[in-house]
Amino acid sequence: MLHQLEGSRAIAKAVALCRPNLICAYPITPQTHIVEELGEIVRSGELQNCEYLNVESEMAAISATIGSQAAGVRSYTATSSQGLLHMVEAVYNASGLDLPIVMTIGNRAIGSPINIWNDHSDAMAVRDAGWIMLFAESNQEAVNLHIQAFRIAETVKCPVMVCVDGFILTHAFERVNIPDQKEVDEFLPTYKQHITMDPVTPLAIGAMVPPEYFMEVRYMAHLKQQKSISVIEQVRDKFSDKFGGNSSGLFHKYNAQDVETIVVTMGSVAGTIRDVVDDINCKHGNKFGVLTLISYRPFPQDAIREILKSAKKVFVVEKAFAVGIGGILAQEIKLSLLRTNVPVISIIAGLGGKPITKSMLFDCLLENHQRDTKFLGLNDGLVKKKCSFAGDCCTNN
Amino acid sequence: MDNNCPFATVLSATTSPRNKTGSWRTMCPRYINLMPPCNAVCPTGENVQRWLSFARSGNFRQAWNVIVQNNPFPAIMGRICYHTCEKVCNRSHFDEAVSINILERAVGDMAISHGWKFENVVPATGKKVLVVGSGPSGLAAAYFLRKFGHEVEIKEARALTGGMMRYGVPRFRLPGSIIDAEIRRITDLGVKISCNSRVSDLGSEINKFDAIYVCIGASKAIKPDMEVKSGSSVIDAVDLFKKLTNEQSHSVKFEKNVIVYGGGNTAIDAARMALRLGAEKVNIVYRKTLSSMPAHETEIHEALSEGIKILCLRTIRVIDHREVLIDKMNYDEESGILSKSGEEETLIADSVILAVGQFMDDSVVRNIEGIVVTDGGIIETDEYMMTGAKGIFAGGDATSTKRTATVAIAHGKKGAQYIDAYLNGKEVEQKSKPDVINFKKLNTSYYFSSPRLTLPPISSISMEERTIALTGDEIVTEASRCFSCGNCHHCNNCYVYCPENAIQKLLDGSLKVNHDYCKGCGICAVECPCGAIKMMPEK
Amino acid sequence: MSYSTRKKTSTDNANCVQSRTDRRNTLMSGHRACQGCGEALAARCVLDAAYNATNGNIVVVNATGCLEVFSCVYPENAWNIPWLHSLFANAPSVASGVASAMRVSGKTKIRVIAQGGDGATTDIGMGALSGMFDRNDDVLYVCYDNQAYMNTGVQRSSSTPPLARTATTLPIGSYMGNDAKTGKNLPKIAIAHNIPYVATASIAHLFDLEQKVATAIGIRGSRYIHVHVPCPLGWGIQPSDTIKIARLAVDCGLFPLFEAKDGVVRTSFTISNIVPVEEYLKPQRRFAHLFGKNAAPNVIAHMQKLADENIKEYQLMGENTHG
Repeated sequence: MLHQLEGSRAIAKAVALCRPNLICAYPITPQTHIVEELGEIVRSGELQNCEYLNVESEMAAISATIGSQAAGVRSYTATSSQGLLHMVEAVYNASGLDLPIVMTIGNRAIGSPINIWNDHSDAMAVRDAGWIMLFAESNQEAVNLHIQAFRIAETVKCPVMVCVDGFILTHAFERVNIPDQKEVDEFLPTYKQHITMDPVTPLAIGAMVPPEYFMEVRYMAHLKQQKSISVIEQVRDKFSDKFGGNSSGLFHKYNAQDVETIVVTMGSVAGTIRDVVDDINCKHGNKFGVLTLISYRPFPQDAIREILKSAKKVFVVEKAFAVGIGGILAQEIKLSLLRTNVPVISIIAGLGGKPITKSMLFDCLLENHQRDTKFLGLNDGLVKKKCSFAGDCCTNN
Repeated sequence: MDNNCPFATVLSATTSPRNKTGSWRTMCPRYINLMPPCNAVCPTGENVQRWLSFARSGNFRQAWNVIVQNNPFPAIMGRICYHTCEKVCNRSHFDEAVSINILERAVGDMAISHGWKFENVVPATGKKVLVVGSGPSGLAAAYFLRKFGHEVEIKEARALTGGMMRYGVPRFRLPGSIIDAEIRRITDLGVKISCNSRVSDLGSEINKFDAIYVCIGASKAIKPDMEVKSGSSVIDAVDLFKKLTNEQSHSVKFEKNVIVYGGGNTAIDAARMALRLGAEKVNIVYRKTLSSMPAHETEIHEALSEGIKILCLRTIRVIDHREVLIDKMNYDEESGILSKSGEEETLIADSVILAVGQFMDDSVVRNIEGIVVTDGGIIETDEYMMTGAKGIFAGGDATSTKRTATVAIAHGKKGAQYIDAYLNGKEVEQKSKPDVINFKKLNTSYYFSSPRLTLPPISSISMEERTIALTGDEIVTEASRCFSCGNCHHCNNCYVYCPENAIQKLLDGSLKVNHDYCKGCGICAVECPCGAIKMMPEK
Repeated sequence: MSYSTRKKTSTDNANCVQSRTDRRNTLMSGHRACQGCGEALAARCVLDAAYNATNGNIVVVNATGCLEVFSCVYPENAWNIPWLHSLFANAPSVASGVASAMRVSGKTKIRVIAQGGDGATTDIGMGALSGMFDRNDDVLYVCYDNQAYMNTGVQRSSSTPPLARTATTLPIGSYMGNDAKTGKNLPKIAIAHNIPYVATASIAHLFDLEQKVATAIGIRGSRYIHVHVPCPLGWGIQPSDTIKIARLAVDCGLFPLFEAKDGVVRTSFTISNIVPVEEYLKPQRRFAHLFGKNAAPNVIAHMQKLADENIKEYQLMGENTHG
C-alpha cells in the first residue's frame, strides 16, 4: 500500500512488519525518528509480542540485542555515527557469535569535529566487523532492504546492517509502498534460532578460542560472507516474486554495458549521479554508466570486475575516506580490477553533509584528472590559509 | 554439537572434565586418622571420639558397641570413672570439655534398659582360664578372654561379685542394679562366677587351668599410726562399706559428729555416706593441702556441696572417745616435706572413719613359687603381666598403685590379650599408634560456644542415686560438641569448599579425593575442622 | 534503624546445597582456575544455589574476566548450564536482552543471572549495570569481587582496597599503595537505585551466600549480590588459605555482610568474634608493606577505622537484634 511518509517512519513500519521481539535503541541523530516510531508502534499494541527497551547507551543497545538474539528471539536496533562507534566491539561480537541481528544505520559523519550530517564514515569504520552491510539508495529501497535483511541474516546466521543516508533519506518524505503484514509474514518465516539458551541442553556461547583455532574461525566468517552473495540474490528474487518491482540485490547497474566510463557509488547520491550521467550522455554521446553497490559487505568482487573490466575509466564517488590514503571503496574497486588496465579515479564527496551538486559532478566527471583522488567541492583557499604545510598537495586538480 | 552451531565459539556442556587438572598438583591431600587426646589418655583405650560420632548421629547402639570393644561396663564407668578424657579434651581450650562421662552413663543405661547384649564370641579354643577375683579387672579380663573364645571361671572370695565396684563405692553413686546388669551380660557370655570361693591353693589351680589371672585387689585397710583409746567409736571405711553392702544400709547409723580421716576417694565416699546415715556434721581430716588430695576433684566438689568440711594440714594423734586430738601440719608442696607445726587442737567426733589407704591381702599368692610381692605390697609382673610363676598373670589393684576401676579394667583387657597370646604361643601385636592431635591443629571456625551438659545440682542428700534422664536429643546435642579431633566426621567442608569438585562423597558418607582433578590447593586441609586431612608431597 | 540479624550456626555447612551429592556442579571439574581460586568456588556455589532454587531453570551471562577465561576455552567448556559470554563491559545489558527474550517467548520460569568480576562490575561495566538497575530489568547480577584485575596480572580496579599493592599501585618510597579512600562501594550504589534486592556475601559463609541467592532468585526485577572472593595469586596468600582469609575479612569488619531490600539495609550478618584488621591484612603479601620498616604511621589505624565504621554502620556486633 502506498504512503507518503518520512524515510524513518517508513523504515520503522517495515521493521515492525518483520515482527521483531526486541527493539532496543539509544537516541542519536539522525536515527531518532526510526526508534520513536517503533516505540509508538510497540506501545500502541500494533506490534504484538515485542519488548521495547530504552537503554543507557548504544553499547547497551547492541548488547541487549545480542542477549535477546542469543536467547532466541528476533532483535533489532538502530544507530548512527558516534553511536555506532560506541558499540564497535559489540558489533564485532555480534557477528562473531553468528547472531542474525538487524541494525539500521542512519549514516552520519564521525567527529571530531562533531557533525550531525550525512556521510558514510560511520559504516566504513566497521566494514571489517563481519556484518552484512547493505546500502539503500531510496526510502523504498530502505523498506525493501529491511524486510530482506531479516531473511538474509537468519538464513546466513550473520547480522545485517542496513545503511540509509542520514537526513537525505531518514528525514525525506517520499511516496513509499509498505507491504501488507500477511505478505511479509509469508516472505519472512518465524525465526527459529540455531543456537539456544535452553536449560535442557545447555550450551556455552562465546568461548575463548586459542591460537590453534582462531584463524579457522575467522576464515569461516570470510567463507560465510562469500556464501551470502548468492543468498542475497536468492532473497532478492523471492522478494521480487512476492512484492514485484526492482528489488535491490547486490547492486544496480545503470547503462553500464559497453560504455567507456562507469561511475561506482553507494547510497542516495546514486540518483544524482544517474541524472548527471544522463546529462553527459545526452551531450557527449553514450559514454557513461553507473554501478550502485547495495551490498558493500559481502563485496561482490567477481561481479564487479565483470562489469568494470571493459570500461576505459572508472570513477568511484564515495562519502568516506581513509585518512592518509584516500577513498575506501575506491581501494576495494582497484583491488577488484587488479591485473586489468582500468584506471580508477577516487572522488571523495559530501563529507559531513557537504552538498553534492549536479554541476560539480558534471564538471568533475569530464575533467582531465591529474590525480587519482579528488575531494569534490573542497575549498582550497580555506585549506591553504589554515594549513601551513598544505603546499599544492591539496590542489584539486 | 551439530554443524549448524558456530565452530569453536559455541560449546557443549560437560566437555571440561577431559582436562585432567590433577597434573598440576605438587601436594596431595590425604585423609588421615590421628589420635584424639581423650582416646590417648583413656587407660582402657576407649575410642571416645568414635562412639561419640555414632551418638551424634543418633546411632546409640553402635556407640555402645564401640564402647564395649574396650570397656564392658559403660553404665558403671559412666558413673565412677574419673574421666581423664575430659581433662584433656581439646574442646576445653575452646569452651568446656565434652561431658563424655555423662554420655557414657546415658548410653550404658540405654543398653541396660534395652537389654543390649554383647556380640557373639568366636569359636571355643578349648583353653581354660581361672580368674581370681571378680572386681573390675577380673570381670574385664573374663570378658575379653571369653571373646577370644577361652573358657573362663571366676572365683570370688566374697559373697557378691564386683570387687571394689560393689564394696568400695557407695550405692548412691553406683546402684547395685547397675552392677548386676553389667555383670550379668558377662555371665551371659558363658563366664562362670563362683562367689564365696576363696582360692586357698593357687599352686594346685594352675594344674587345672591353662592360665590364671590374679586380680585380688587391695581390700585391707591400712591402720594409721595413732592412739585409739578403747571405747572410742572408730571404723575402717573398708569395713563400713562391706557392712553396708552385705547387711543393707539401715543397720548402720551415725551420731551427730563424724570425722573421716584420709584424703582419697574412699574418704570422700565415706564422708558422704556418713551424712546419709545420720551424721549432721562431717569433717574430713587430711594431712596435706586441699590441692594435693588424691581424691578426684569432682568428688571433692560434690562433698563440699553437701556441706562436708575438709580440714587440711592435720593429722590425728589420739582418739579418746569423743575427743580427737589433732596435730597441725606444715606441708611444702614442692619438696613434699610434711612436718608438724607444733600447734594442736581438739575436735569432737561421735565416730571416726578411717580411710587412709588399702593394701593387698597377699595370702592367696603367698608361698607360690616364683610370685614375688614387692616391698610396696604389690605383685611383681613382667612386661606381659605374667608373674614369676609360669601361666599365672596378675593385674588390678594388686599390681598397681593407681587404684581406679578404669585402670583395673585396662589391666583386665591387657591381661586378657597377654594371656591369649601366651595360650596361643604368640606375641601380642603391638599396634603403632598415630600421633595425638592437639588443639592448634584444629580449625575451630566451624564450632560454636555451647555449654556442656552437666549433672543437675545436688538437691537432697539421699541414699538414692541422682537420676538423669537424658533424651536422645540431649545426648545427640552433647555428643555433637565433640570436635572429632583428628578424625573425619563427615562435616563435608572438604566437599563443599573444593574449587575443583575433586572431593567425592561416597554412598556411606565417606569422602575421597579425585586425583584426576585435585590441583592440590590445600583448602580442604585448612578448612577441615578435625585436622583429619594432611597435604603430602606428590610423588 | 536497627537491622535484623543473621549469624553463622553449626549446621550451616551441613544444610547447604553445596554439601549435597546431587548438587549440580554448574562449574565442572577441568576448569583452568588457579589453585585455591575463590571465584571458581563462589561461582559454583552461587549458580548451584540458583539452580537448586529454580529446579534448573537458569541461564547465565558472563562478563569477560578470569571467570570466563578459565571456564570456557575451546574445546572445553566447564559450564553445566546455558552460558553466554559477550564482552567485558556489557554483561548487564546482554542479560537485560536475555531477560526480555525469555519474557516475550513466555519462558518466564527461566531466570537470568549475569556475573562478572569487580573490574567488569565496578569499572568498565558499571554504566551498563546502572542502566540495568534503572530499568529494574529482571536479572540477578552477581559480582565476584577479588579486588583487582587479576586476569591481566593484578592491576588496580576501583574495588581495590586502600593501601593495597597491585601491579599498578606498587608501594615505592613514600607511596603506600592504592590511595583510594575506601574503594568504590558498589553495593551502596546498587542500593541507591532502589532495586528490590542487594546483598553482600562471602565464600567463607556459604549457607548465608546460598540463602541470599535463593532469596534473590525468587524476586522479580534487578537484584545484586556482591561476593567477596580472595585471589591467592593476586593477594599473595597461600592457595590453601582462601576461605580463611575470606573469613577474616568478615570477622574484622572490612567486608560487612548485609542484605538490603527496596533501597534499605534490613539484615546484617553479625560477627561472633571481631578480630583486629591486622589479622586479616598481615597474611596477605599485598599488604606486607604496611607492616614493613618503611610503613607510614597510622596506615593500620586507617584500615581499622574503616572496619570500625562498618561495624557501627551495619551493626555487626549484633546489638539491637530486634527486626
